[in-house]
Amino acid sequence: MDWQALALTLKLATITTAILLAAAIPLAAWLVLGRSRWLAALEAFAALPLVLPPTVLGFFLLVLLGPRTSFGRGITSLLGHPLAFSFSGLVVGSVIYSLPFAVQPLVAGFAAIDPSLIDAARLLGAGPARVATTLLVPLARRSLIAAAVLSFLHTMGEFGVVLMLGGDIPGATRTLSIVLYNQVENFDYAAANRTAAILLAASALALAAIYLGGRPRGGRRA
Amino acid sequence: MDAPAEAAVLDLAFDARRGSFRLQLECRFASDWTVIFGPSGAGKSTLLRMLAGLELSESSRPQLARVSLDSRLLTDSALGIRLKPAHRKTTMVAQQPALFPHMTVAANVAFGLKSLDRASRSARVQEMLQLVNAQSLIDRRPRDLSGGEAQRVALARALAPRPRLLLLDEPFSALDGAASDALLIRLKDWACEHRVQTVMATHDATDALATAAEVALLHEGRLAALGPAAEVLGVERKRLLDRLN
Repeated sequence: MDWQALALTLKLATITTAILLAAAIPLAAWLVLGRSRWLAALEAFAALPLVLPPTVLGFFLLVLLGPRTSFGRGITSLLGHPLAFSFSGLVVGSVIYSLPFAVQPLVAGFAAIDPSLIDAARLLGAGPARVATTLLVPLARRSLIAAAVLSFLHTMGEFGVVLMLGGDIPGATRTLSIVLYNQVENFDYAAANRTAAILLAASALALAAIYLGGRPRGGRRA
Repeated sequence: MDAPAEAAVLDLAFDARRGSFRLQLECRFASDWTVIFGPSGAGKSTLLRMLAGLELSESSRPQLARVSLDSRLLTDSALGIRLKPAHRKTTMVAQQPALFPHMTVAANVAFGLKSLDRASRSARVQEMLQLVNAQSLIDRRPRDLSGGEAQRVALARALAPRPRLLLLDEPFSALDGAASDALLIRLKDWACEHRVQTVMATHDATDALATAAEVALLHEGRLAALGPAAEVLGVERKRLLDRLN
């Protein structure tokens, strides 16, 4: 068992989930509360990683963060090392790749809140930030759990972006999915089975958390 | 300014369509208490939402909307002015109480009192709950309230920030007649004392007559009459009396 890869994968998933929730809550609140005609375009853009092949996303990020672009060169001079083929680069790639998995449950959850509650709060003087923190987030607790779990799992299992952007560097960018791929390539099916079992168990546990943990006590209320 | 300083003046002009329905009116509410009377579908709720600055559905976007309160422009579609609901000093109680389900009654009533310190906020919450006769509900959650109790709390929540303009959309539909009348009288005294101009929409002629208010009679989206209740609702009053005899 590659414990180093497991620890790295968990670390990547935890950091990515934390960043995603911090970014997706205000973004989803803006998409739901805002009135600008550009928001539909923004929502579509935020959903792009859902349909974009991971290898394509990984390739674009590799080019963008590499020495071929001024953006990549700027990042390199700022950090002292390029983002590509580093753990930080993986975090950037994971955040973008898993963005729809955080944003979409939150948008669905926020949009399901009775608009008359939001109207009441606005008339009582609440701006968008207060509406989001006092109404949207507490009332969409299940969606928040779903967003966190889906982001975490999606990051744990990602492969194409990781391989393109991070390569296969033990301790830095070698995640469980890469380990599994290597094990299969080496015909080490016993080890591959164990690695796959960990990813499967994590998925099963997470789904249980979404479907059981977030259910309000006493059943659904109207 | 043609209005005396102490009298509230609400000027409004609207022209909005929703399908075949058209709300089109221009008038001035110069009384402290105005009742918008009309049958269901006359456009009462739409009018109140426009006064509050709340969005209407895409299909009923107004061609013309102008609202000014004490000569302060709140909405003017021609000038591109639309003050956000939070900045209008306007609160509203709709038919559905829309209490925040995850907060206690006290927290609901205190929601609009963010600018007050803790002690003043708590005192104001007590005062408002007392006014609507709901002190005993202070620690309850909305799910444990009856329809009438929830409407009382929603009213207390809307009054607590002492708005300049209070909009009531059939706010006592879940209260029985006697309780509704008693609350209406207390509310009217309170609004008068704190200079809160009130616009109440109702389809119940007794509510309109009970407050001896200025009445705007709304019919199919147009203003059919505006004046003292006894005058405008003469026919309704006669109908009610005939029914009693």
